Parts: sequence; structure tokens; C-alpha cells
Amino acid sequence: MMDPLLPRRVEILSVAEEVQNVFTLDLRPPPDYGPFEAGQFNMLYVPGAGQAAISVSGDPRDKTRLRHTIRREGNVTSLLQAKQVADHIGLRGPFGQGWPLAAAEGGDLLLLGGGIGLAPLRPALYQALAHRERFHRISLLIGARSPEQLLYYPELQHWADEGSLELQVCVDSASATWRGRVGVITDLIPEAEFDPQQVTVLMCGPEIMQRFSVRKLRGLGVKGEAMYLSLERHMQCAVGLCGHCQLGPQFVCRDGPVFPLGKIEPYLMTGEF
Amino acid sequence: MYLWSTQQLQALIDLLRARDYDVIGPAVRDDSLHYERIDSLPVGWGDRQDAGHYQLRERADQSRFGYNLGAATWKQFLFPPRETLFRVRDGDFVNCREAPQKMAFLGVRPCELAAIALQDRVFTEDPVEPGYLARRKDLLLIAVNCSQAAPTCFCASTGDGPEVNAELPTDLVLTECEPADPYYLVEALTQRGQDLLEEVGGSQAPASARQTVDRLMDATREQLTRALDTEELPGLLLGALDHPHWDDLAQRCLACGNCTQVCPTCFCSTAEDHTDPITVEVRHNRRWDSCFTQGHSYLTGSVVHRSVRSRYRQWLTHKLASWVAQFGRSGCTGCGRCITWCPVAIDLTVETEALRAAP
Repeated sequence: MMDPLLPRRVEILSVAEEVQNVFTLDLRPPPDYGPFEAGQFNMLYVPGAGQAAISVSGDPRDKTRLRHTIRREGNVTSLLQAKQVADHIGLRGPFGQGWPLAAAEGGDLLLLGGGIGLAPLRPALYQALAHRERFHRISLLIGARSPEQLLYYPELQHWADEGSLELQVCVDSASATWRGRVGVITDLIPEAEFDPQQVTVLMCGPEIMQRFSVRKLRGLGVKGEAMYLSLERHMQCAVGLCGHCQLGPQFVCRDGPVFPLGKIEPYLMTGEF
Repeated sequence: MYLWSTQQLQALIDLLRARDYDVIGPAVRDDSLHYERIDSLPVGWGDRQDAGHYQLRERADQSRFGYNLGAATWKQFLFPPRETLFRVRDGDFVNCREAPQKMAFLGVRPCELAAIALQDRVFTEDPVEPGYLARRKDLLLIAVNCSQAAPTCFCASTGDGPEVNAELPTDLVLTECEPADPYYLVEALTQRGQDLLEEVGGSQAPASARQTVDRLMDATREQLTRALDTEELPGLLLGALDHPHWDDLAQRCLACGNCTQVCPTCFCSTAEDHTDPITVEVRHNRRWDSCFTQGHSYLTGSVVHRSVRSRYRQWLTHKLASWVAQFGRSGCTGCGRCITWCPVAIDLTVETEALRAAP
């Protein structure tokens, strides 16, 4: 019998810094690793330290590597960053429900990414851009603490330059040399190009950003059914057994991390729930 | 239905032990009632319980099941408080789940059977937890109908007692009669139970046996003083997340987690690594956790459930509301342990009523 709690040993292919305190870790997929859906996550395990739930941030079509973009936050993520090429770690996954890209076909796509929240959105972008003709307008709004913290910026700028998507950026604070916007991501929403009746919204970022973005989008006439949020909670077992990641009746690890707003709205909007 | 003497009850234990079963049952130790490996049943023990109060007492009779529930649950044998899930040896992940010893639980109350059925849903449906399944697969269950209720019991409200119903997973059901010089009415609910019944022997119960059981169960129902109104409860609790009564609760709750540790259905666990300093072998261990701890809702350097208010709200809304969506029914079987073992006597039946009232 498959033990859902037993990791598999995987080899590290590369460790590369993205921005300060954020790095991308590529792993060689185990032979029986199934295809992952954009928005799903893996459990990465450093023996002696523990496990961390990390979204897959690479292209779902790339079978040669499993890419994770990780913010160094605690013990496990610090040890992951210190790993070398050809080292081994433990892996379980993929887990959870991904982004419902098929549901967005034929309409506009609006993506909102705050900070490291951009990482789980990137596989959805790869997928959408690979079938660009299936979507009308694609808008990507991103927020970061500072210009130096903007994740994947050259890649995103390239997509914007070639006209594949509309990109808007804002930062919390910046030096005088920054020519872009300073502010919060919700300020960008009214300026983005989308039809509120024909849009599907995918968002990931700090919970406070998600709460305010939901309100702003509703105010513009976007229906709750068109909004999907990727949430973060304390995922330990990743299969709905350990109980830590619950949000009301939902196990974020198994029923999410991507949820249609309707399944979580009252709980998301309640502080400390 | 069969009629057994106390000797035949003992013969059942002996028979199971001869067949390599660990017979797990009630035992008196440290002024309390525990479940552990036994070779005979304790005689003449009862208890006094109320909110925040438990006291073992000696009865003046020969009863084998004259107490209600202690702090211990059967959960500890199927979902152990500590368990090594795997080891990491020379970089390899080694599954170290051991082949379990066959177990027979003797003296399982109806509310406890319902709790086992609930944990079966948690651990054997989606996903299958291989350790739990291995221990559960050959488990023999011998239940006891409750011939008395404690003041903390409210099993009738949750539909789980005081009598074993045929939907509960059990092989045999005993009813203790005439505690001064007890005999037992015994029914088999499975073929395995029927085989045991015939091997132990005993006489056919008289035609009036069914009425005897009914009369005893009616008397127990009469003793049930507590009740939990479950009508529309999930929607009501999840719709009352901002009710001021949560603040009132937070004034009293110590966030000690006793309620979660004695609850027969709570399933939260956490995992931690232990590295042997000599061999550098890592053991990945799982242990019971509680939603009252700070670490339970840890989230990237912070905590979601910072206040005691939010932790109690998580426990109560999960147990009585979210369970229904997650596992098809409430996570409470009316055993009352969380009431007895709460050091400040918080009673979820009372608190739930307060949350029903308009703020």
C-alpha cells in the first residue's frame, strides 16, 4: 500500500537566488511522479529538520525538473537554500486542487500576485500563454515590498513586451530612482483591462491583500463565482489527516489550496479563523 | 441472545488470550480507570463525575461495568499518541511501521464505538493511513450497553447511546444485569462474534431477555440529565463566528487542551524529527496535537489563532459543525469527557446553548 506520509528521495538539480531571501530550487522528478496541475504544491522534507509545503512554480509541461520558488522563512527553508547541486532531500506530492484555467477560457483572465504569491501563479501563466488564443485579455497585477523584491521581473516584462499580457506593478516603498507605482495592489485593479462580466480572477498573496482585492473586485461588478484564491495555512501532512490547515470545513491542503471564493468567503473574512 | 455468568465472561478473556489477542480493557490504576492490556476485569468499581470533577469509588456490588468513562480512550491503541512514521538511514527513507499485535477491545461503550466508527472515516477513507488500517483491520470489538449514565453523559442527544445500535462496528454486545451478583446478556452482531459466543457457551437467554435489556436502557435514558440540541447546529455555529459569547468563553478557558486529549474523535497530530547523535539516524515521529496550542495554527513566522477565543472557537466549530461537512456527521458522540476533564468545568452543551441565543 502507498503510504501518503512517506517521502521519496529526490536529487537537487539547481539552487538559484531570485531576489533577496527568495530562491528557486529545481528537483529531478521521481520516476512515478504524476503530472502536476498549475497551483498544486509539494511537501519538501529536510531530514532532521522537517517539512514545508511549497507550490510548484515551474512549467507543467517541463517533465525534466520540478521547480519551486521559496521564501526563506524558517528552519526548513533556510536549510533548503543551503543545499548544493546533487544533494538529496525528501519529496511528497503533488497535492491539492489547482487553478481552474479551463473555466476561464473564452473570457478575460486577471491574475493578482502579492510577493511570493506569484510563485503558484506562474504555472498558470505558462499554461495560459501556451494556449494564448483560448483567452481574451490577460492581465497580471503584482505587488512587492520594494522594486528589488519583484519576482520573475525580466520574464514577466518579456511577456508584456511581446504583447502576450498586460503587466502592472506596484511596490510598498521605493527609492527615488523608481519610476513605477508605490501603493497597494488594489489600486491597480480599476485600471486593469478586463470585462467584469467575462473575467476569471486568480489571486495569491497575503490574506489581507486577498480580502481587500475581493471587496474591490466585487465593487467593480465581478461575481464571486469568478474569483479563485490560493490560500496558505499550516500544511503538515498535506492529505487532510493532521488537522492544522483547516479553514472552517475546508482542509486547505486537500480541498485547496485553490478555492472558489464561495467556499471560503465567510471564513476568510473572519479574523483569526 | 445468550446468558453468561461472570465465569463465562472470564472464559472469553482466556480464550482470546490463548488466540494471541492482546485483550485491552478497563483497569484501575492511580485512582482512575484506564484502558490497558488485562487478564481479568476489575470488580466493584464505580465513579462520580460532573463538570470538572472525577472520582473513582468502590461499589457495594460485584459489577464489572459499574462505572462510566475515565479519561482514557480506545483511540490510543488505533492512533497512538506517539508513533514513528519512518526513519532516514544513510539518506534513504525507511518505512518502519511495524506489523501490529492483534487486539480485542473489551468493554467499549456505545459512544466509544461511534467514536471508533468516526475515526475509521478519518483514517481509512481518503486517504488511507496504513498504520491505522493495519491495527484496525483485525480488531475485535466487544461492546457493553450502559446500565447507568454519568451526569456528564449526553449520548442520547447525539444518537450514539446508551444502547449499541446494530449500525455500530462491534462483534459482541454485553448487557450487565443484577450487579449484586451479575450475569450478562450477550448478542453477536458479526459471524466472528457468533463463533466466539458459541465457543464460550452459556445458556440461551430466556424469552424475556429483550425486555430486560429494554428496561435497563430506559432506566439509563431516564438518568441522562444533560442534552445537546443538535438541530441546525452546523449552520448556526458557523454563522455565529462573531458572537460575543466567544469572548465570555475566552475569559474562562485556560487553553490547556485537556478536552482535545480526552476526546475520542479528535485526530490532530504533528510531526517532528529526532536525530540520534551517534548514528545520525533520523526518526520522523508523529504525536497527538491540540488546536489549543499556539503551534497548531503556525503560519510563516506568525500564528492564525492568536487568542484563546479563536482557539476555543476552532475546537467547538470543528467538532460540532465542520465535522458534518468533512465526515458526514458531527464529531461529538456525547461521551462527556471534555466536560469532566475541563479544569474550569466548561460544558459544551451549555456553551452551545448560549451561542444559540441572539447576541
